[in-house]
Amino acid sequence: MADEEKQPKAPGGATHDPDEQARRAVEAVWRIEAPRLVAGLAGLVHDLGLAEELAQDALVAALTQWPAEGVPRNPGAWLMTTAKRRAIDQIRRNERLARNLQQLGREQEIEQRLRSAPTEPAAPGEIQDDLLRLVFTACHPVLSREARVALTLRLLGGLGTEEIARAFLVAEPTVAQRIVRAKRTLAEKQVPFEVPQGAALGERLASVLEVVYLVFNEGYAATAGEDWMRPRLCEDALRLARVLQGLLPNEPEVHGLAALLELHASRAGARTDAAGDPVLLLEQDRSRWDRLLVLRGFAALARSEEQARARGLASGPYALQAAIAACHARAAGADATDWAAIARLYGALAAQTGSPVVELNRAVAVGMAEGPEAGLALVDALAATAPALGDYHLLPSVRGDLLARLGREDEARAEFARAVSLTRNRAEQALLRQRAGMQEPSQGPTMEG
Amino acid sequence: MRFMMLLKLDPTRVPQTGPDEKLMREVGELIEEMTKAGVLLDTAGLRPLDEAVRIRQVGGRQTVLDGPFAEAKEMIGGYCLLQTKDRDEAVQWASRFLALHGDEWEIEAEVRRTEGAEL
Repeated sequence: MADEEKQPKAPGGATHDPDEQARRAVEAVWRIEAPRLVAGLAGLVHDLGLAEELAQDALVAALTQWPAEGVPRNPGAWLMTTAKRRAIDQIRRNERLARNLQQLGREQEIEQRLRSAPTEPAAPGEIQDDLLRLVFTACHPVLSREARVALTLRLLGGLGTEEIARAFLVAEPTVAQRIVRAKRTLAEKQVPFEVPQGAALGERLASVLEVVYLVFNEGYAATAGEDWMRPRLCEDALRLARVLQGLLPNEPEVHGLAALLELHASRAGARTDAAGDPVLLLEQDRSRWDRLLVLRGFAALARSEEQARARGLASGPYALQAAIAACHARAAGADATDWAAIARLYGALAAQTGSPVVELNRAVAVGMAEGPEAGLALVDALAATAPALGDYHLLPSVRGDLLARLGREDEARAEFARAVSLTRNRAEQALLRQRAGMQEPSQGPTMEG
Repeated sequence: MRFMMLLKLDPTRVPQTGPDEKLMREVGELIEEMTKAGVLLDTAGLRPLDEAVRIRQVGGRQTVLDGPFAEAKEMIGGYCLLQTKDRDEAVQWASRFLALHGDEWEIEAEVRRTEGAEL
């Protein structure tokens, strides 16, 4: 540092074309500001499609003016003022917007609202309220899951239709259609642009959290060799979860979800080997887990538990899953894992969700905490009571694992062979095939990373 | 993508009384905004350089030097660790951070992507 030779620094970049740089700056500001802008406008015009159109108009104005004049000190306020002014102008000149509004029979009402809106920049609190309304509207249960995901990524994640299409491996027109239809549905069903109150909030919040969780998993399931857009979904979901923490600081499950995503994301660098093949959780090199994300996960989990205690609530499903992930993150090595604690947490989660898959995971944890005998008893009881699990490859795979640890090799190999026939994932198939023909007992359960 | 934003300044070219109350408040507001936007992973301001200690190793031999240091032309005053979609977005936040400082400040932000960390 001290003896570094200092190069004279040119302002700006080295060889950037100034126009290109200005355009990139405008677009970056736009991505930062768009969710709040759309939310603020939707708060005025009570229509998502219209709000987005007005926001786009403001972007066009910014692209025209900022490269010459520089980015204003408060770009968010500039965009909002410009969007409102242009909307009023359009209504007055009876242009496209006015005709759209006439069709809706809302021309006068909207003009009135735009005119009476305060001109000074909105207070941070108001912006947060509008954003929260936007979140609940984009994730409204009148929309299909796909539509909720697409609309949320578009309006709150700032992704374009092309990016969403690539991330979800569907055609772009499909995504564009989904978004158009979603906006139309919200307008036709006259979904109010508001935050649900009282008992409805919990139910509606579940739908919001599910959207963020789905986005994360879509990215998390993609392996390193795939298109970079897919893993990037994890980043988008993480950001959304952190935004939600700021918007709903008293909701334990919001912090629970954030904790779960931070902790799962912390393992991203260790989940695949050099060849790009998946590495099971217990075999991962823990030095490659991201310490910062682990600590953020712990902090979010602590906030979740604190909020639950304050409101006299039991930990919800996201907080419980985060607590399980935290047990793994706290163990310095796989052999230091507190399996008894994990088994208890899976028990609480199974009681809440009634999910046989959760019960199967509990069997794995019990098998680790109390020995393969105890685990096998649970798996066999589960197989008898949950026929739906019969076609799920992890059941024979877990059972094979426990049998192998009991030294019942032939039975174990038969289970692995059955598991091979039930999975379509090639990497998992390879792993199971190897175990179906293997001689030595295994190192642990086949938990996913 | 993860970016480290390092704030650099020449201690002789900034107000000797340090940041005033208005600047402190506005920096606090911006930090809150970055947190609420989900882009701020970590941030801190650093204590003055004359309290620092430098451990230097040359040819396998270490020397320890306590501040203040004679040649303090450029020092790191603080950092923000950001997670943004791309470099342009990180640059934009850095620009906002700098813009809070008045003309009496000569200050520079260096934005560098971290190695490896994709999330």
